[in-house]
Amino acid sequence: MSKARSAPLRTALIHLALIAYTVVALFPVFLTLVNSFKSRNAIFREPMALPTPSSFSLVGYETVLQQGDFIGYFQNSLIVTVASIALVLLFGAMAAFALSEYRFRGNTLLGLYLALGIMIPIRLGTVAILQGMVAAGLVNTLTSLILVYTAQGLPLAIFILSEFMRTVSDDLKNAGRIDGLSEYSIFFRLVLPLVRPAMATVAVFTMIPIWNDLWFPLILAPGESTKTVTLGAQMFIGQFVTNWNAVLSALSLAILPVMVLYVIFSRQLIRGITSGAVK
Amino acid sequence: MGSLELKSIRKAFGTHEVLKGIDLEVRDGEFVIFVGPSGCGKSTLLRVIAGLEDATSGSVRIDGAEVVNTPPAKRGIAMVFQSYALYPHLNVKDNMGLGLKQAGTERAEIDARVGKASTMLSLDPYLARRPAELSGGQRQRVAIGRAIVREPKLFLFDEPLSNLDAALRVQTRLEIAGLHRRLKATMIYVTHDQVEAMTLADKIVVLNAGAIEQIGSPMELYNKPANTFVAGFIGSPQMNFIAAEKLGPSEAKTIGIRPEHIALARESGDWKGKVIHVEHLGADTIVYLETEMTGLLTVRLFGEHRYAPDDVVYATPDKASLHRFDTNDRAIA
Repeated sequence: MSKARSAPLRTALIHLALIAYTVVALFPVFLTLVNSFKSRNAIFREPMALPTPSSFSLVGYETVLQQGDFIGYFQNSLIVTVASIALVLLFGAMAAFALSEYRFRGNTLLGLYLALGIMIPIRLGTVAILQGMVAAGLVNTLTSLILVYTAQGLPLAIFILSEFMRTVSDDLKNAGRIDGLSEYSIFFRLVLPLVRPAMATVAVFTMIPIWNDLWFPLILAPGESTKTVTLGAQMFIGQFVTNWNAVLSALSLAILPVMVLYVIFSRQLIRGITSGAVK
Repeated sequence: MGSLELKSIRKAFGTHEVLKGIDLEVRDGEFVIFVGPSGCGKSTLLRVIAGLEDATSGSVRIDGAEVVNTPPAKRGIAMVFQSYALYPHLNVKDNMGLGLKQAGTERAEIDARVGKASTMLSLDPYLARRPAELSGGQRQRVAIGRAIVREPKLFLFDEPLSNLDAALRVQTRLEIAGLHRRLKATMIYVTHDQVEAMTLADKIVVLNAGAIEQIGSPMELYNKPANTFVAGFIGSPQMNFIAAEKLGPSEAKTIGIRPEHIALARESGDWKGKVIHVEHLGADTIVYLETEMTGLLTVRLFGEHRYAPDDVVYATPDKASLHRFDTNDRAIA
């Protein structure tokens, strides 16, 4: 084999760096998972050890499933995340289509304005958002969360999707116009399928912060019936005593649904990330 | 059933004027080609005719009916695009039938028309395939089929052969020519390739910088170019332009002579010169010379000729084939 394009030392170093990063990234997840299956004493005595027959315990999971309505919390998290992603994708794609497809006065300015949200964190507006939600009577509803997360996800979605929509051939859209497709058909039937990888990318980037968010559920929807998983897990963390078994079990369970969603999107995601770079 | 009339079409993007008042008449059944360098506005003009682009002012009449306010789908046109623009999620049959389906045509009628077009273009074995499973030439045939199925008053072609390789281009060119003979339909075709223009057109419209330079049959443009632009654009290699004063007193500013209208000899002739470079093409030999009187001169000889750089030769133009242009670059009759 010729070695013009491969240097063993360099390859080894690259792999070393990648493996190191993987370990660092996975370690907290590993720690959470492992300790969630151990008894309380075992967690504190040997936090790094794998569960052994003597230290194995499901007490954390039992607590989680008995105390509080965890199934309900999961449901809330799922409803909020899925509904927000759906709205972000729908409105983001529509706005991106308009920005990339139509020439109108202030097009660039509007695009910049819509992208501004990427740079300014939405949490700066928490007080105003809370006041607004109180006035609208939306406090302690999932709707309030969905609205906030949709607003939070739109800037990045519009930014990424409008770049991708520019790559969709004008000829194709014009062929549709000549064949009598409406602008909506062109958008839904011709353009959306072609930017699916980009949509998956946006979905993943949008989904994870929403699922993990503690801030807005705590402020806008702390009621028992609207608690999300992340907020629900907090009830085991006290000022003086923390039920680590329960916290770790709750967090372990919370990983599962995001994993499922991620696997669904990730096949598209890889194409989405690379397709901008190479051709 | 397919005439077109354009009256003072203007199109501006912001302050930049792309079309500067185009007047054109196309009769039923004519094959008209818009040709010109890139950026001359030929594609924009086609888009205005198709209704994909709104003209800033002017009128477009198809079959006598004003269509500037008619959406593309209702103009009775069909368009073939350079990039094929097939719907990636539909198979060949549905690609060809979509326009009719949108117009609410009956299923049986759609099937009949698609069947006819696919037979005409030998696409029958591929009807169930998606565009991704077809070769470039097949895709372009599907795109042409999609146009035929609509039975339009006007066929619009936007550089349909540019994405094909050389051999396929010739073959598809023949198919389009055959199609025009069979359908007797009005076709408008945009290209920057003068060979396509010369071989296909009944009438060529030469565009430059948003204005029409000349309209005429291929041979009219070749034999009687109206100005230096057309003279230089039509014909390959390009016509030689010589400042007239170098050849003695004349009312003309520029003298044009096509490379194929110059004879070469080793012993005697009008202009003495030295060979700079020779290109052997088999059927032709292209000789570049530097002459004392005219400067750089391109000469096209038929057949094989043994000239080498630095040979001294004499060039003699065919006097009957000289083109004379005045100070405004217009041809002197």
